Amino acid sequence: MATPSLRSQLGRVRGLGSARSGTHHWLTQRVTSIALLPLTIWLVFSLASLAGAGFSEAQVWVARPFNVVLLLAFLGAGFHHTSGGLQVVIEDYVKPDSRRMIVMLLMKGVCALLWLMASLAVLRVALR
Amino acid sequence: MATFTLPKNSKIEKGQTFPAPEGSTNVRAFKIYRWDPDTDSNPRTDTFELDLDKCGPMVLDALIKIKNDVDQTLTFRRSCREGICGSCSMNIDGLNTLACLKPIEEVKGDVRITPLPHMPVVKDLVPDLSQIYAQLRSIEPWLKSDTPPPPDAERRQSKDERVKLDGLWECILCFCCSTACPSYWWNSDRYLGPAVLLQAYRWIADSRDEATGERLDNLEDPFRLYRCHTIMNCTRTCPKGLNPAEAIGKIKQLMVERQG
Repeated sequence: MATPSLRSQLGRVRGLGSARSGTHHWLTQRVTSIALLPLTIWLVFSLASLAGAGFSEAQVWVARPFNVVLLLAFLGAGFHHTSGGLQVVIEDYVKPDSRRMIVMLLMKGVCALLWLMASLAVLRVALR
Repeated sequence: MATFTLPKNSKIEKGQTFPAPEGSTNVRAFKIYRWDPDTDSNPRTDTFELDLDKCGPMVLDALIKIKNDVDQTLTFRRSCREGICGSCSMNIDGLNTLACLKPIEEVKGDVRITPLPHMPVVKDLVPDLSQIYAQLRSIEPWLKSDTPPPPDAERRQSKDERVKLDGLWECILCFCCSTACPSYWWNSDRYLGPAVLLQAYRWIADSRDEATGERLDNLEDPFRLYRCHTIMNCTRTCPKGLNPAEAIGKIKQLMVERQG
């Protein structure tokens, strides 16, 4: 069994020093959430207006440049925001550092793959 | 992972009951957390019944009465009994506050008293604050200035500059806020907590201090500062009516501002 640490409290608190980061992540979460507000409203209304439409009608709608750009923007902002938010949850609750790093990498990987898959789906429908 | 249940030896058991003396008219029960490091037993909740007609109005008065008249082994910190020293911070009726400022009348039913949450307990209502004191020390809560003070005079501040310190200098470091913060509960080894961050901002906001950038450098960290998720327990619980969440928000604003 490891012996209890005799390091001073101040030494432990100072630890490895500050990471000099975190502001970018904090700001990105705010910016993406603001961007998602109009994008989500637009998407909900658009999908509602497509209710009952067949694939060909929906394909025509997705293929319009305005719509395909906003769809991709929604996916980009959405998945970026999701992975940033999950990052905060993992930092809050997952310990120790080694396990946190593994869980974090898995989460980021899954988010990135889902984002790429969703974007590819939009592009395939749009460029059909 | 964070643990959400108490370990076996921390489970709180039922303790003794000390009934009010015969002929008491206005009886109120005080349920108080007890733990003695010198025995192997688990913590327990003792019940002390007091006659409020023979006791001062504040919860601290009741604690002192219990210590004087009922059980001398009851251990708690207190000093000024008027909300200036910050010693008697504890959890009363589910909210962290100062026993000396909390009227017994404000509590409905039994008065439940436990130490500040999620801190190591030294004995009964006395928490171990050595880590949080080290955290306060780490933000260097003193004026740092390379410019020497004017000879035979104090460092001057405009009225507007002085106003920026209001709502900050009043903090008495009772740590009610930090120990009410879930982020501090789960990550107190790296997150500084609302009390220490408010102190950090007190020096960042001081026009006489010349180390603002260095102070911000030392706070810019995913854990030290950014574990704050604006839960606002700190502001809700502060017995002095201060707003640590706002101070932390202002630090975050300055962090963004200096990015350009």
